[in-house]
Amino acid sequence: MTIGLTHFLLLGTALFCLGLYGLLSKRNAIAILMGIELMLNAVNINLIAFNKYVAAGSYTGQVFSVFVIVVAAAEVAVGLALVLAIYKDRLSTNVDDLDWLKW
Amino acid sequence: MNDFIFAAAFYGLAGMTILSAAGVVFLKDIVHSALMLALSFIGVAGLYVLLNADFLAAVQILVYGGAVAILIAFGVMLTRRRNMKESNPNNRWVIYASFVSAAFFAICGWALMGTDFKPVGQQVNPEAAVEGLASLLLGDYVVAFESAAVLLLVALVGAIILAKGAKEA
Amino acid sequence: MDFALFSLNNAWLIPLLPFMAFVLIAFVFKNMEKTASTTAILFSGTSFLIALGVVTAVLQRPELIENPFVKEVRWFSMPGLHITMGQLIDPVAAMMLFVVSLVATLVMIYSTGYMHGDPGYTRFFAYLCLFATSMLGLVIATNLLQMFIFWELVGLCSYLLIGYYYFKDSAREAAKKAFMTTRIGDFGLLLGIMFLQLNFGTLEFTELADKLPAFAVAHPALVTLMGILVFIGPIGKSGQFPLHVWLPDAMEGPTPVSALIHAATMVVAGVYLVARAFTLFEVSPEAMHVIAYIGGFTAFFAASIALTQREMKRILAYSTVSQLGYMMMALGVGSLTASMFHLMTHAFFKALMFLAAGSVLHALHGTTDIFEMGGLKKKMPYTTAFMCIGLVAIAGVPPFAGFWSKDEILLMTKLHGFTDLYYLASLTAFMTAFYMSRMVFTAFFGKENPHNHPHESPWSMLFPMSVLAVLACVGGLVGTPWTEHGFGYWVRYGELHHPEVDWTVMGGSVLLGLAGMSLAWIIYGAKLIDANKLARRAGFLHTLSYRKFFIDEIYQWINKVIVDGTGRFLYWIDIHVVDGFIDGLADGTDWSGKMLRRVQTGQVQVYALIFFAAVVFIAVIMGLMGESSAMALIGGGK
Repeated sequence: MTIGLTHFLLLGTALFCLGLYGLLSKRNAIAILMGIELMLNAVNINLIAFNKYVAAGSYTGQVFSVFVIVVAAAEVAVGLALVLAIYKDRLSTNVDDLDWLKW
Repeated sequence: MNDFIFAAAFYGLAGMTILSAAGVVFLKDIVHSALMLALSFIGVAGLYVLLNADFLAAVQILVYGGAVAILIAFGVMLTRRRNMKESNPNNRWVIYASFVSAAFFAICGWALMGTDFKPVGQQVNPEAAVEGLASLLLGDYVVAFESAAVLLLVALVGAIILAKGAKEA
Repeated sequence: MDFALFSLNNAWLIPLLPFMAFVLIAFVFKNMEKTASTTAILFSGTSFLIALGVVTAVLQRPELIENPFVKEVRWFSMPGLHITMGQLIDPVAAMMLFVVSLVATLVMIYSTGYMHGDPGYTRFFAYLCLFATSMLGLVIATNLLQMFIFWELVGLCSYLLIGYYYFKDSAREAAKKAFMTTRIGDFGLLLGIMFLQLNFGTLEFTELADKLPAFAVAHPALVTLMGILVFIGPIGKSGQFPLHVWLPDAMEGPTPVSALIHAATMVVAGVYLVARAFTLFEVSPEAMHVIAYIGGFTAFFAASIALTQREMKRILAYSTVSQLGYMMMALGVGSLTASMFHLMTHAFFKALMFLAAGSVLHALHGTTDIFEMGGLKKKMPYTTAFMCIGLVAIAGVPPFAGFWSKDEILLMTKLHGFTDLYYLASLTAFMTAFYMSRMVFTAFFGKENPHNHPHESPWSMLFPMSVLAVLACVGGLVGTPWTEHGFGYWVRYGELHHPEVDWTVMGGSVLLGLAGMSLAWIIYGAKLIDANKLARRAGFLHTLSYRKFFIDEIYQWINKVIVDGTGRFLYWIDIHVVDGFIDGLADGTDWSGKMLRRVQTGQVQVYALIFFAAVVFIAVIMGLMGESSAMALIGGGK
C-alpha cells in the first residue's frame, strides 16, 4: 500500500503522545524535558508532512519547523539551566518537590 | 521513488523512531533514555528525508542529534544520582497520565482517519528546497528569523546566568 | 396691554415670583435681613397683584366656570404616560390664588415685626417664600401629578417651618410628627393617583372629568376605591380624623407660620384637592358619604376637644381642624360652593385670629396659657378688637364673614338630606361660639394678671391684621343669599341653583352662635358659674376632652405594641434568617475556597494532566453531541 499523509500524521501523533506521557508521568525534570523534545519533534513531522502532501507549492511548513527547532534549542538550553540551578539549590531534580507555587 | 522501497523505509524509520521514543519514556535509567532520545532524533531525521526535506534532516541531526542530545547528556551527568538504575522514576499520576495520553492518541487518530486532506498547489522541485527556504527566511520571514536569532542569544545568556547561579553574578 | 388678560395668560408667574425670592434670599441675601424681608414682600406682593389680575380676568369670563383655562407644556412622555406642567385657571383656582397670595403677603409683612431680631430671620423668609411657591403651584396644577409634587413641597415647607426652632425638642418632635402623619395620607393619595393613571391613562383634571362619568357607571366599586384612596391624602393634609393629631402640635412653629400654613392655606390644600377632583367623588355616592361623615365627625370631635384646652394657639388649632371638617362635610354633601366659600372666609378670620394670638404671644414673651393672661384689652386695644372681630366672624354673627359661609354649609347639609349631619354641625357651631368666646373672655377681658407686662404690637403687625379684619367683616357679603352673581355663581360645580333662603337654618345658627357666646360670658366673663366646679361635675367628659380623647396615647400604644413588636419580630428575622442566609453564603464561599485550594497543588504536571484531560473530555463531548459537532472536530479542512 502507498504511504500517504495519514501515515505520517499517525506517526507524529504517536510520537506526540509518547512525549505527552513522558511529560505527565516522569518525576525527573530532565526526563520531562526529553518528553517535551519528543512532542516538538512530532510537531515538526506534522509540519513537514503537511508541507509535502497538502501545501506542496511552498516551503512554509519547513520554514516553520526551522523556527520550531530554534525555539526547541533555546527551550532545552534554558530548561536545563533551570534544572541545574534548582539542583544546586535542592540537590534534587525531582519535580514532585517543586511545589512552591502552592497556596 | 519506488513505492515499495518508500514504504519499507517509512516503516523502518517509523519503527525505529517510535520504539526509541518508547524507550525514552519507559526505560528506568535516565542515561539510557537520553541515548534512546538521540536515536529517535535520528529516526526523525530519516523521516525528513522521506518527506523531501533534506536540509531539515541535516539540521535535525546537527541540532537535535548533536547539540540537544549532548546538552541532555550534560544535564544528566551534572545531576547524577547515586543509583542510576532507578534514575527515571514515574510519579504518582502515572496511571492517569497513561490513560490521558492513550485517550488523546485515540481521539487524534480518530480525527485524522476521518479527515480527508486535499492537496493544494503544484509540487515544487525538492532539489531547490534550500534555495526556497533561504529566500523565504531572508524574505517574507526575515523579521521572525531575526527575532529567532535574538531569542537564541537571549536564551544563551539566560542559560549561562541561570546555570552559573545568581549569587556569584 | 390689558393687565388682567396678561395675568390670566401668565398665571404661572404667580408661583414663580416667590420662588425667585426664595432663591435670592437663600443664596444672595443670606445675611441681609432688611433686604431679604423686603424682597420677599415685594415679590409676593407682585404675585398678589397678578392674582388680582387673574381674578379680574376670570370675572369677565363666565365661560371659565365650565371650561377652565388650561395652558401647559409637555414635561416628559413615555408610552402610556404623558406628564404636563402648566396652569389651570377657573374661578376656584382664581379664588385660591387670591386668598393664598394675599395671606402670604400679609403674613410676610407681619413677620417683619414678629420675627424682628430672630437669629434665623432670613431663613424664615426663605422658607415662607418657598412655601408660597409650593402652595400657589399646587393651586394652578393642571394634573394630579403636578399637584402631588407641590403637595409634597408644601408638606416639606410645613416640616421646615414647624421645626423652625429646631433647638427646641418639642418643635423637632412636632415637625417629625407632622411630616410622618401627613405622609400616611400622602401614601394613600399616591396609591389613588396610580390607580387613576392605570385606569384612565391620564392625570389631567379636565380629561379625567370627561372620562369619569362613563367609567363610574361601569365600575362603581373601583371608582369608590379610587375616590377613598385619593381622599386619604386630604385626611392627612387637612387634619381630618383620625390623622388630625399633627395639626395641634404644629403650633410649635412661629405664629405667622401657624396663620399662613396651618390655618389659611396648606391645611386647606386637602379641601382644595377634593374640590379639584370633585368629579371623581361626585360619581361615587359612597365616597361622598365617607367624606361627609368624616368631615362632620371631625368638626364635632375637634370642637369638643377645643372646649377645654388652655393654650391659645392650641384652641385655635383645634378650631381649625373643626372648621376644616366643616369644609369637608360641605364637599361631602355635594356643595362645592359652600365649601370653597367657607375656605375663603375661614382663611380671613382664622388667619386674623392667629395673627392676633401671635401679637399676644409676642407681647407676653411666651405665655401661652389663656388663664395666665386676662385683661389684655387695656394694654392691647387693637389686638383685642381684631380678636373680637375674628370671634364674631367664626361664631357666626351676621353680617360677619363666617356667618354667611357657615350658614351656606348648614343649609346645604340640610337641603341634601343629611339631617343628622345638620344637627351635628349646628351643635358644633354652638360649641365653636362657646370655646372661642371662652378664649377671648378669659384672655382679653377680666382681671389683669399683674405678672404680665403686655404692650401693643408695632404697625407692621397691626397693618396685616387690619386688612384681614376688614375682610373678616365684609368678606362674606360676596356670597349672601341675596347677592346676584355672587360667590355661588362663580365658584360652583355643575348647574347653578339658587336655593331659597331658609330662615330656620339662618335663625337657628345665629341663635346657637349667640347662645354659645352668652354661655361663655356667663361662665368665663361674668363668672356666674364656677368653671372648675363645672369641670369636676363633668368629670370623665372633661378629662376626655382635655386629654384629646387619648388619641395620642392610643397612637403611642399602637406604635409601642404593634409597630415596635413587628419591628422586633422583623429584627429577629433579620438577624436569624436574612443574616443567617448571608452568613451562610459567606461561610459557603469560605468553605468551598478552602476545599478548592487543594486543587492548587503547585505540581505543574498535575495542571498539564488536567489540561489534557479536559481537551479529551471536550473532544469526547463534541464527538457524542452529534454529526455536526463531530464534523467540526475532524473536518476542519473542508
